[in-house]
Amino acid sequence: MIRIPCPHCGPRNSDEFSYIGEEKRRPGPDTSPTEWRTYLYSKSNPAGWTTEQWFHAAGCGKFIVAERHTVTNEVRATRPKPRFERSNAGAEAGGGSS
Amino acid sequence: MGVARAGSDLRPAARRFIHLRGAASDGQRKTTTYSAFSLLRHGLTHEKWQRAWREHEVASAYDAVIVGAGVHGLATAYYLAANHNMRRVAVVDKGYVGGGGSGRNTAILRSNYLTPEGVRFYDRSMTLYSTLAADLNFNVMFAKRGHLTLAHNDGSLRTMRWRAEVNKLQGVESEVIAPEEVKRLVPFMDISSHTRYPILGALYHPPGGIIRHDAVNWGYARAADALGVHIHQGTEVLSIGVVDGKVTGVTTNRGEISSPIVVNCTAGWASLVSSLAGVSLPIITHPLQAAVTEPVRMFLGAVVVSGSLHVYVSQTDRGELVFGASTDPYPSYSMRGSLAFTEELASHVLELMPSIAKMRVLRQWAGLCDLTPDFSPIMGTTPVEGFLVDVGWGTYGFKAGPAAGEAMAELVATGKTPELISSFGLSRFGDGLLVGERGAAAVGH
Repeated sequence: MIRIPCPHCGPRNSDEFSYIGEEKRRPGPDTSPTEWRTYLYSKSNPAGWTTEQWFHAAGCGKFIVAERHTVTNEVRATRPKPRFERSNAGAEAGGGSS
Repeated sequence: MGVARAGSDLRPAARRFIHLRGAASDGQRKTTTYSAFSLLRHGLTHEKWQRAWREHEVASAYDAVIVGAGVHGLATAYYLAANHNMRRVAVVDKGYVGGGGSGRNTAILRSNYLTPEGVRFYDRSMTLYSTLAADLNFNVMFAKRGHLTLAHNDGSLRTMRWRAEVNKLQGVESEVIAPEEVKRLVPFMDISSHTRYPILGALYHPPGGIIRHDAVNWGYARAADALGVHIHQGTEVLSIGVVDGKVTGVTTNRGEISSPIVVNCTAGWASLVSSLAGVSLPIITHPLQAAVTEPVRMFLGAVVVSGSLHVYVSQTDRGELVFGASTDPYPSYSMRGSLAFTEELASHVLELMPSIAKMRVLRQWAGLCDLTPDFSPIMGTTPVEGFLVDVGWGTYGFKAGPAAGEAMAELVATGKTPELISSFGLSRFGDGLLVGERGAAAVGH
């Protein structure tokens, strides 16, 4: 269990959040099916610092971006998710729900 | 309790283990056969047992290098030597034999999956497991106890009927049974209708059971060693050489090895090892925690699994109850236990079996699960020639060890992907041909 400092609510237990996925850019509508699938399925899955999206389900109900170390689970920075990127979230969901 | 086998503690422990297990090199000796007679002789004479496998110097070249000395890596090496007479094979591992997922799983065997490809594949593994003790001359303690997957709602009952029919078509024994029959198999189960998650029925899979996972690892290591395979513990792969899209070998902390074939048989580190060869995988790594209780007299015959309650329980031959749960809710390479896990697990188990409320948990631990988008593994070739993968084993790797090893060995030896694993290639993600096993493998998710 880890503590995530929500940019809107302050430090909260990770149980309040849903993990969404690695932060990556959604390709344009003219992308080929193979590239789409690469975007959907391919993960960098690093052992170290990673930038990822979380959803504060039991808090402010907003998507946030966090920098987390996947070996120590330390969270060093969080920021609000900019609105215009929000369409990313749905495509990356999955695997995070328990 | 608390942290069990955390990552940072692993190395000194691994060194001690290696020192104890195989420090002496006794050259080209013959592996003695275990039998009732040899046991009696050793009991009477107190002579030292021969080491189960040897230590070797790392050679500069092998015909194949297998990364990861768990059940998959060791089985691949064993079948390469036994079925295809390829004996210049090295198995390298940065830790010790069976120290990763192969020693951290809950040792449940079953083949009642959802897709025909999955059922056929896991059934082959069950067949190999059935005779493994005799094949390896090593008691792997396979106990066919019967396997029950409980349904707590109409949706899961429907999936179970579906699974039962797919299983029967593939010749695998599997049937949906009523709560009363569940009670007959497991008398301690609460099948009353007033519980939070009442039991509506179960998928009963009689061939399912449990096995001693360490014995499987050690048995494969000993048998592979006897056939001339080199097992290098404490040998970490630092880089993988690729020239013109072809594998040339690996660099380890114990020197360079040239080899035309490198097989990635790691779990938990699959993405990291593959990235050394420049191959990207659709894998995310989640920890999964498990726990055992103090040993008590045998009372739980079958393996009991509940998808809705995210728990699976079995009783070992020693009498301990082994519990597994869902994967942790976010990806991580940390293998720390958490209080949240223990609390949730206890409440779910007591929901099913209130009578075990006073049993104490002895220890808990975590292992790493490489999850793929379709909950099926990835086996076969990659865009890099000579670099093969046997990865993405999520929560189902241990039960697949023998079949995966046999198929990967055939692929290495013949260069052709066996039909049994042809649906599980890495290219299926780009081609959009996923093998969806979520309905049968997702208890742990």
